Amino acid sequence: MIPSKFDYVKPASVADAVAALEQGGEDAKILAGGHSLIPVLRLRLAAPTLLVDLGGIAELRGIREDGDRVTIGAMTTYYDVLRDDLVKEHVTLLAQATETVADGQVRHRGTLGGSLAHADPAGDLGAVALALDAELTIAGPGGTRTVPASEFFEGLFTTVIGETEILTQISFPRYTGWGSHYEKFNRTAQAWSMCAVAAAIRVDGGTIAEARVGLTNMGATPIRARGVEQALVGQPATADAVRAAAEHATEGTAAPSDADAASDYREHLAKVLTGRAVMAAAG
Amino acid sequence: MTATAEPTTNEIGKARTRKEDARLITGRSRYTDAITPQGTLHIFVVRSPLAHAKITGIDKSAAESAPGVIGVYTAADLGVEAVGLPNAWPITPDQKSPQRPVLASSTVHFAGEGVAVVVARSAAHARDAADLVEVDYNPLEPVLDMEAAAADGATLVHPDLGTNQSATWVFDSAGAGTGGSVDDAISAAESDADSIVVRRRFRQQRLIPAFMEPRACVVDPTGEQMTIYSATQIPHILRTMTTVVLGVPESKLRVVAPDVGGGFGGKVGVLPEEMLCVVLAQKLRRPVKWTETRSESLLAAHHGRDQIQDITITAKKDGTVTGLDVKLLADMGAYLGLVGPGVPILGAFMFNAIYKIPAYKFTCTNVFTTKTLTDAYRGAGRPEATFAIERIMDELAVELGRDPMELREQNWIKHEEFPFTTVCGLTYDTGNYEQATQQAMELFDYAGLRREQEQRRASGDPVQLGIGISTFTEMCGLAPSRVLGSLSYGAGGWEAAGIRMLATGKVEVITGTSPHGQGLETAFSQIVADQLGVPFEDVEILHGDTQVAPKGLDTYGSRSLAVGGIALVKAAEKVVAKAKKIAAHLLEASEDDIEFSNGTFSVRGTDKGKAIQEIAFAAFMAHDYPEGMEPSLDSDAVYDPENFSFPHGTHLAAVEIDTETGRVELRKYVCVDDIGTVINPLIVEGQVHGGLAQGIAQALFEEANYDDQGTLVNGTFVDYTLPSAADLPSFDTRAVSTPSTSNPLGVKGVGEAGTIASTPAIVNGVIDALRHLGVAEVEMPCTSQRVWRAIQDAKGRSTQETPIDTHSPGAGLGSIDPNNPQGEVQ
Ligand SMILES: Cc1cc2nc3c(=O)[nH]c(=O)nc-3n(C[C@H](O)[C@H](O)[C@H](O)COP(=O)(O)OP(=O)(O)OC[C@H]3O[C@@H](n4cnc5c(N)ncnc54)[C@H](O)[C@@H]3O)c2cc1C
Repeated sequence: MIPSKFDYVKPASVADAVAALEQGGEDAKILAGGHSLIPVLRLRLAAPTLLVDLGGIAELRGIREDGDRVTIGAMTTYYDVLRDDLVKEHVTLLAQATETVADGQVRHRGTLGGSLAHADPAGDLGAVALALDAELTIAGPGGTRTVPASEFFEGLFTTVIGETEILTQISFPRYTGWGSHYEKFNRTAQAWSMCAVAAAIRVDGGTIAEARVGLTNMGATPIRARGVEQALVGQPATADAVRAAAEHATEGTAAPSDADAASDYREHLAKVLTGRAVMAAAG
Repeated sequence: MTATAEPTTNEIGKARTRKEDARLITGRSRYTDAITPQGTLHIFVVRSPLAHAKITGIDKSAAESAPGVIGVYTAADLGVEAVGLPNAWPITPDQKSPQRPVLASSTVHFAGEGVAVVVARSAAHARDAADLVEVDYNPLEPVLDMEAAAADGATLVHPDLGTNQSATWVFDSAGAGTGGSVDDAISAAESDADSIVVRRRFRQQRLIPAFMEPRACVVDPTGEQMTIYSATQIPHILRTMTTVVLGVPESKLRVVAPDVGGGFGGKVGVLPEEMLCVVLAQKLRRPVKWTETRSESLLAAHHGRDQIQDITITAKKDGTVTGLDVKLLADMGAYLGLVGPGVPILGAFMFNAIYKIPAYKFTCTNVFTTKTLTDAYRGAGRPEATFAIERIMDELAVELGRDPMELREQNWIKHEEFPFTTVCGLTYDTGNYEQATQQAMELFDYAGLRREQEQRRASGDPVQLGIGISTFTEMCGLAPSRVLGSLSYGAGGWEAAGIRMLATGKVEVITGTSPHGQGLETAFSQIVADQLGVPFEDVEILHGDTQVAPKGLDTYGSRSLAVGGIALVKAAEKVVAKAKKIAAHLLEASEDDIEFSNGTFSVRGTDKGKAIQEIAFAAFMAHDYPEGMEPSLDSDAVYDPENFSFPHGTHLAAVEIDTETGRVELRKYVCVDDIGTVINPLIVEGQVHGGLAQGIAQALFEEANYDDQGTLVNGTFVDYTLPSAADLPSFDTRAVSTPSTSNPLGVKGVGEAGTIASTPAIVNGVIDALRHLGVAEVEMPCTSQRVWRAIQDAKGRSTQETPIDTHSPGAGLGSIDPNNPQGEVQ
């Protein structure tokens, strides 16, 4: 498993990293935790000539309060996301989903930014970012811009991040007091999602007041289950009402077919898992 | 885990932690890939991306001029076009055996077959240059379905053979005189209102042995003996076979299997890459090294299982089984592996299992397809047999409306009936199915779980409970050489051992087995410590190097303890006999008056005695020893077993099925195994746990699939879904012991038991959970999707096909699709 030859730089600032990407041109690639990129290189599914390692940029790491939001540096590892009190309290769904990613080894290396930038439809964090209306900050030669999660994902393994741009941070509104749950379904315990549902619910006096639902691996990108959300709001948090709302889970999806699940099975799973995620979130 | 056998000695029966582990887990180990003699050259094999194609041209020029490249060679360049890799088990005299080349010359027969080899100064240079070798192919029709391949008019994998059928092997108890005629049993049952005939088809999917250390080989031509280091289970066989294949005199070869990281049968082979390294080392007069990547391993190392089983069982309505007919198709892949054709034949003797079946017939046809070859994989033939018989016993129970355990008990050999000669002519020496079953049923709470199952069915619980049974036996300890001879196996089944008593009283033990993760250094030390009465710490086990352990037949088929361990006992007996003579001489007593116990030779009725260490020193000094004997205690032995051993056990699984998603959750697993005398209960437990994991993996998780072009779709561990500890429950394993009477230790073998027994236990449990919903069969692996579809089908709802051969678009890595090496990743 030997990758093709590449050069390697480890800049100390975002500006230097952007400059390195500009110099490297089309064949430059960002290296974050490496847990998606290195396997791809070793299998020679990609052959960049320059790797720009973001591991030396301190400003890309860490979690902080940012007014009414919680902001997470792109290079923050899953492990650090999981352990963080701010995340646990205000963005619980993110912690819950992160805990389902692979195993301890992967979680100590993989990064939130790397996961979102990689945009694997089976990756677990895209649906969470989408459901929770995260905002993503991207730095490039012309400065920085911020895009909502709903505009971030473009297709299979593609996002709006340009070739000379870097995802620097992800910021989440606070969902203090919301109930949430990530319901993941996979072939083996530590594998990617065949299908998963991210749900955050605010229940007020037994009635669902607000709902946010995102779907993993039900299309080329993560998908927001707006139909489910609309059907939930105003309903009592009962099994019957939730099951009826979950029937909307496949609206707007384009479920892939693969060896683990053909599209009809995925669609069925999406509905069942949506019901379970919402019930669990509603407590 | 507790053994009911009383330890008769100090060491045997002790749960020692494995002495080799300190070395293996702290990096003081030495795997083949860690060996790089000065001046080593590295190779990378250019492999065919196509399953079946004519090679119309190979352009090596760009690769030859790439940095670091020493040369790029085809079979013709190396003059090895006529070389054929060995098949040591021609199952019939007229077996069709195609030449299996070192590198394909004109036609490739499976995706992953080598067509050229790049030799370079570093592994990275070789890998880079391999991308520059341009091979032109003219695609031919792939041959993928073994049933279609066996039929008339099929596209031929090897047209010169005229057929895709390699051989058909038949055992008929009527012909053999060991039982009645199955044809008679079936027609009698068909015309008898008080009898029943049950027919089922089972599928053994293709599996990949998935050992932890990928295969590797280093050939060092320096010195008089050329040294082959290889990550192999079979260093001795490899040496002999290198002579057979390439003509290098055996005396000019030394084979070393250093630390080897697992094999599961997957390292029983003589590899094209090993032979390439030998040829290249001879040609270039430099050490040559090959280490495969994980993807190459999945693609090109031999696979296991892959059979279609048509089973017919006949019985009286009172439950008495009257006949068993077994028809198999076995996929050999593109060529015959070292023992591949014999793997299904090993199963022939195990379909009757623990039951008294009066008439039995077994017919197996081995078929060629354009896939990776199949060969030994943990259990080799016996898991397939055990699966079929244990599944059909459940089916028979359902047809007769009987409890599946009760029906088994009605038909199994009672403990007082041992020794028992089966319908295959094997004599089971000992066993006690009642004892193992009773313990297992109690531990499992069989009755309680059946009650819970009833309740869940009645209440329509979305989570249904299934109970799976497997009362298995297997044959271990390959093997009595004469039996192997009668099966045309290309070797004997003996094992060799040697004991060297060092001057200082320490002991070096030489074994011809080749441990690669089983903990044999520990178990063998325990045996020798007891035999010689020396401390465990004073025993060193040497193996895996033909210069150290010149004679042996290596490790596979649960033979190391049951055959290799007995050879040790025989060698130790000789050491003691020699030491006794010297002791008598030194103690001035008659040899008849010398007693030996706990390492001391004493004169009966006196307090005079000498420790074995003193005798060893006396033999070394040789100042004073008896006339007519050599001054040495060192002894060798070769042990040829008189019979197989027959471990057995009762395995019970409780599975929960989420009927909404199809997810199968293993809730409880209990097994009580009778493996005879337990040398080390901790190692036994480890072997059972690992075996269970692998057997459960076949039932629920693993499957190697090809797409319609013949491309393996499970080219990485993302797609070949090995379970981990997180997928398995905490097993409840116990051992009981009715010692084997055919060897002096009473041991039976435990390496394969878990794998053999667990697969049908799980699948029986899955079907049991779903049967009342109208589900009669779920193919392995019983993935959530398959289970869900089976439930939908039973409800009459049509669903899509289960696509087994589609590359996953997600999961980041995709699959390696050699036709589209860029995959979908941008
Ligand atoms: C065994 C295993 C199991 C796994 N299981 C799961 C799972 O269950 N669920 C799951 O979601 N994931 C899983 N993963 C993937 C894992 O989460 C990856 O770590 C993650 O997807 C990528 O993060 P990374 O930091 O490792 O990124 P890298 O691999 O370093 O990079 C991934 C891609 O993103 C780009 N990139 C990275 N950071 C940035 C940035 N800041 N700006 C712009 N581009 C960037 C890189 O150029 C590259 O193309 C698994 C991985 C492994 C090895």
